[in-house]
Amino acid sequence: MSDYKNWKLERDEHGIAWLHLDKADSKVNLLAGEVLDELSELLDELRKDLPQAIIIDSAKKDSFVFGADIQEFTTLDTPEKSQAFLDRGHRVMNKLDAMPCKTLSMVHGMCLGGGTELSLACDYIVASDDNKTRIGLPEIKLGIHPGYGGTARSIRRMGPMAAMGIMLTGRALPARSAKRSGLIDECVPLRQLKTAAIATVLSGRMPHRAKGFKKLAGNALFRPLIASQMRKQVSKKARVEHYPAPYALIDLWQKYAGNDVRMLKEEAISVARLATSDTARNLVKVFFLQEELKRQGKQISYKPEHIHVIGGGIMGGDIASWCAIQGYTVTVQDQDPERLAQTYKRAQASFKKKYKRDRRAIRHAGDRLMPDHKGQGVARADIIIEAIFEDLEVKQTLYKEIEPRMKAGAILATNTSSIMLEDLAPCLAKPERLVGLHFFNPVAMMPLVEVIRGESTDDTVMQQALAFTQSIGKLPLPTRSSPGFLVNRILMPYLLEAVVMVSEGIQPELIDKAAVEFGMPMGPIELADTVGLDVCRSVAQILSKALGTDLPDNLDQLVSSGNLGKKSGAGFYPYKNGKVVKRKVANRQGIDEIQHRMIMRLLNETMACYREGIVASDDLIDAGVIFGTGFAPFRGGPINYVRDTGVDVLKQVQDSLYATYGERYKPDEGWSKI
Amino acid sequence: MINNGNKVFIVDGSRTPQLKAKGKPGPFAASDLAVAAARALLIRNDVPLDKIDEVILGCMMPSEREANISRVAALRLGIPQTVPAWTVQRNCASGMQSIDSACHNIASGQANLILAGGVEAMSRAPVLYNRHMVNWLGDLMRARSLSQRLKVFSQFRPGHLKPVIALLFGLTDDVVGLNMGETAENITTRFGITREQMDSFSATSHHRLINAMENGYLDEIEVLYDASGKYYDHDDGVRADSSVEKLAKLRPAFDKKYGNVTAGNSAQITDGATWLILASEQAVNDYDLPVLAEIKDTQWAGLDPAVMGMGPVHAMTPIMQRNQFAIDDVDYWEINEAFATQVLGNIAAWKEEEYCQTNLGLDKPMGEIPHDRLNVDGGGVSLGHPVGASGARIVLHLANVLKRTETKRGIASLCIGGGQGGAMLIENVNA
Repeated sequence: MSDYKNWKLERDEHGIAWLHLDKADSKVNLLAGEVLDELSELLDELRKDLPQAIIIDSAKKDSFVFGADIQEFTTLDTPEKSQAFLDRGHRVMNKLDAMPCKTLSMVHGMCLGGGTELSLACDYIVASDDNKTRIGLPEIKLGIHPGYGGTARSIRRMGPMAAMGIMLTGRALPARSAKRSGLIDECVPLRQLKTAAIATVLSGRMPHRAKGFKKLAGNALFRPLIASQMRKQVSKKARVEHYPAPYALIDLWQKYAGNDVRMLKEEAISVARLATSDTARNLVKVFFLQEELKRQGKQISYKPEHIHVIGGGIMGGDIASWCAIQGYTVTVQDQDPERLAQTYKRAQASFKKKYKRDRRAIRHAGDRLMPDHKGQGVARADIIIEAIFEDLEVKQTLYKEIEPRMKAGAILATNTSSIMLEDLAPCLAKPERLVGLHFFNPVAMMPLVEVIRGESTDDTVMQQALAFTQSIGKLPLPTRSSPGFLVNRILMPYLLEAVVMVSEGIQPELIDKAAVEFGMPMGPIELADTVGLDVCRSVAQILSKALGTDLPDNLDQLVSSGNLGKKSGAGFYPYKNGKVVKRKVANRQGIDEIQHRMIMRLLNETMACYREGIVASDDLIDAGVIFGTGFAPFRGGPINYVRDTGVDVLKQVQDSLYATYGERYKPDEGWSKI
Repeated sequence: MINNGNKVFIVDGSRTPQLKAKGKPGPFAASDLAVAAARALLIRNDVPLDKIDEVILGCMMPSEREANISRVAALRLGIPQTVPAWTVQRNCASGMQSIDSACHNIASGQANLILAGGVEAMSRAPVLYNRHMVNWLGDLMRARSLSQRLKVFSQFRPGHLKPVIALLFGLTDDVVGLNMGETAENITTRFGITREQMDSFSATSHHRLINAMENGYLDEIEVLYDASGKYYDHDDGVRADSSVEKLAKLRPAFDKKYGNVTAGNSAQITDGATWLILASEQAVNDYDLPVLAEIKDTQWAGLDPAVMGMGPVHAMTPIMQRNQFAIDDVDYWEINEAFATQVLGNIAAWKEEEYCQTNLGLDKPMGEIPHDRLNVDGGGVSLGHPVGASGARIVLHLANVLKRTETKRGIASLCIGGGQGGAMLIENVNA
C-alpha cells in the first residue's frame, strides 16, 4: 500500500474500506488537484483488492469538504487549461461512480461544491442532523455552475426541479431538508452516523434515484417550457450579461438532460467557458476579498465575553440583538424603559426570524440579552458600543460618566458615522481605548463593519476591535478616521447626483434602471427612499461640510415636507402597503449619460479615497465598497473596474463630464496615481 | 439552631416586580422570572460564575417543562454546567428554605458562594384533566380495532371535561380538608379579630407600599420586559386608593355568609422571583464582595394545620429565647401577609398569656410587636404572595430596610400551609 498525503485508508472488520480525507497542512478539506489525484490512485489500488464497500468521510473536526480549492481557479487563465482541470476531476468522479462495490459518503459538517459532487458520485449519502451540517452546490455564487459531475448527478438523484433549485440559488441545505428533497439517503443524529453509514452501505439496496413525478419534469416534452420559466425566475435576480452562469446551467439541462454521459461532458465544456469569463474571475476575486477581510480579524486572539451597548434605538438595539445571536452576553442600556421595551420586542422578533420555530434557541438568545436601564453592564463589559444619537456634547458627557466605571482593558467603541473620533477622544482619561465600529443598517443584513482607527487609538485596541467584528460574523474593514469613512463617502456623491438628476426632471425609474443595468443591487433613488431621506440628508450635510459636496434642494424639500421615503409612505416614489410603486420607463433616451454621471462620481470619490489612503490597499477599497454598498460584485469593485475598463478611457469620460457639469466632476489627483 | 459554623453573609439581592394574576396565564413562566431577576444581580456583582458552588431555588409548583426549575434557571443564566442546582419545596416558605439550605452548606464549610432564591408563577399553575378523563384516554390508546374504539367513544361523559384547577388544590390542606382562607377564619374566631381591624391593616399595607414606591425604597426590583414590547417595573397589585370603607364592601371569599376574610384582606395571587447571593467570609474576601447583612439564626416550627397562619410566633419564639431577645432588641420585623387576620393573630398571640403558655412554652407574654416596625413597606396584601418566592423576598427586603434605617437587627417570618412556621434572624453588619 502506498502512502497518501491527504487520505488515510483503513479496512474494518466488515470488509469496508474507509477513506478518511484529511487534507495536509489545512484546517479544512478542499478538493485540490492533488487530493483528487490521490483519490484516483486509491481507487485503483482498491480495485485490485476489492473491499465489501467504500465509505468516504472527513478526518477534520465538524466539517466534511468545503469544495474545490478556489486558489487553483486563479491559475486557469485559458479555456484549455480549465478544460484540462475539469477533465481531471471528471475522470476521478466517474471512476468513483463506476466502482464495482457499493460506495457511501458519510457527511458531518459543511459539505459544499466539490464535496457534494464527490458525495453524489457515491451510491449513498448519509449525513448527521447536526446544526453544522449543510449540503449544497454554491458554485453559482462564483460565476460558474457545478463542474465535477454535480449537475447530472444531482438531477439523477433529486429530479430536475429540486436539483436545479439548489444549483441556481446556491443555497446549502440543512441535513433534514436534504433528506426531504432526496439529496441524501439518511439523516441521523451524530451518535448514529457511523452505524447508519455501515448499515446503509451493506444494505444492498439500490442507490436512490428520482422517480415518478419528480422525474417527470425532465421529460423532453416539458423541458422547453420549464426552462423558460426558470429563466424568467432567474432574470428577476440576475441579468444574463452580468451573470451568465445560471443561464448556462439552464441551457445545459434543457439540451442534454436525459443523457447523463453527454450531460457530464457538456457540463465540463460549459464550466470551462464560464470559468474564464470576467464575471467568474471577478467573483473569485470577491471571494478572496472576503477572505482578506476575515484575515483582518485573525491577527490576534481576543475573547471578550460581555458586550454592553448604550442606546436602545434601531441601531443600538439591532447591534445588541445581533451580538446576542452570536453568543455574547449582552446588556443594552437606555435611560427610558419604554424604549428598551421596544428594543427588546424588536430583538425578540429578530430571534424569531433567525431561529424560526426553535423556541429554545429563541429563548437562549433572549436570556443572553438584558435590557439594562440602570447601566449596570458598564462595569462588567469587555466592549462598550455607544450608539446614541449624533451629538458631540451628549456623547462626551456620557463618556465622562462611564469611563471611571469601565474595567481595565475594556474597549469603548462608537458607532458614530459623522463625529470624528478625534473630537470625542480628548474627553477621555484613556483616549487610546476609543475605536469606531461603524455598523450599517440593517445590521442583520449588512456584512461589513468599518473599524475606525482614530489618531489616539491604540494598536492592540484596533486589533481587538477587528477580532471582535470577525467573531460576530461580520467583515471588518480597518479604516482611517476621516469624514464619511470609506463607504458613505464613496456612496454619497453617487446618490446625490441621482437626486440632482431627479431635480432636472429625469424620471427616477430611468435613473434607477441605469444603475441596476450597471450592476448595482438597487437604484440610488430607491436606496435613498429605503434608507430614509432624513438619514441621507444628515450624512450628506456632514460630507458637504467636510468635502465641499453640495446638498440638492429637492432632498431638503422632501424632508421638510415629511416625505422621508419608504418609512413615511412617500419619498421620491409613492409607496403602497410598504411596496414601492414605479411607473414604466417609456424612453431609454440618455440612459448611458445618466449611468456615467452617477458612476463617475462614485469612481472619482474612490480615487480620492485611494489617494488619501483611507484604507490600506486597493483591495480593501474594493472589498469595502462591494460589501458596504453592494457595488456590482461581478465587476470586482470600483478600482478593479477602473483597471479592467482602462484608466485612460474612464479618465476621458471624467474630463468630458467636468467640461459639461463643472466643479463636482473635477478629476481627483488620484486618477494619475493609480 | 444558632449558627455555630462559618458566618453567612447576604451580598446582594434582587427581585422582579410581583405581577398580579389576571385570571389567565401571566406573561412570564416561572423560569423566565427567575432568569430576569438573577441576570442583573450577577452582572452588577462581579461574581465569577464558575466560583458559585451551587444554585438553590424554592418553588412550590413549577410548570411541566420546569422539572428542577433551579437547574433550568441556572443553565439559562449561563452559570457553568459544572455548578449543581437543586430545587426546594416547603410550600409558602420555599424561598426561605432555599436560603436556609444555603446557610447550612456555607456554615458547614461545604460551600462558599451560593445563589439562592424563590420563584412562583401562580398565574401559570396548570389546569389538568380529571381522573375520569385520563382513564378514558388510556382506554382509547389501548383500543386497537374499530369496534373497540367505538365502544370507548360511547363511554365518554361530559363530566370528563371538568378541569382540575391545580392552584385551588395547592391552596387547600388535604390532610385537614381546609382551604387556606378557612384556616385564616379559624384564627379570626380564636382571637376575636374584627373585619374592621383586618381591613384597616390591609389599607395600611397598600399605603405603605405606595410610600415605599414614591421614596425609592424598592431598588431591589429589576424591570421585566416581554416579547410584545411591554415592560413591568412595579408591583402591580397595589391600590393607591385603598381604604377601610372600600375594603368593607367586599364579600367574604371563604366562609361566604358569616366570614370576614375577603380577597381585599388576603394576599394577592401573584407571579414573582427573588434571588440573593450568599457568601462565606472567605468568599467575601476572595472576590471582594460587598456585605448587606449577616444571617444569624433560623427556626422552623410545626403546629396544627387548621391554624397554619400562627406559624410565625411558633418559629420566632425559639429564636427570641435562644438569643435572649426582648421585642425591643429587634429593630424591624417582616411577617408575610398571607392574610391580614393571620398577621394580627400572631401579634395578638404574643400578647396573650394563655397562648404563650399553652402553645409557645413561655412563662409570660412576649409582648407587642410595634406596628410601625412591622412590614414597613407593605406586604402580601398589597404586593402579593408568590408562594415560592415570598420567603426570599421578605429576607431581602428586611436586609434593605435595616440598611436604609441604619439599624441592626431584624426578623423575617412566615406561615406555611400544612401547619408550619419559619423565621430568620439577620443583622446589618454595617450598623
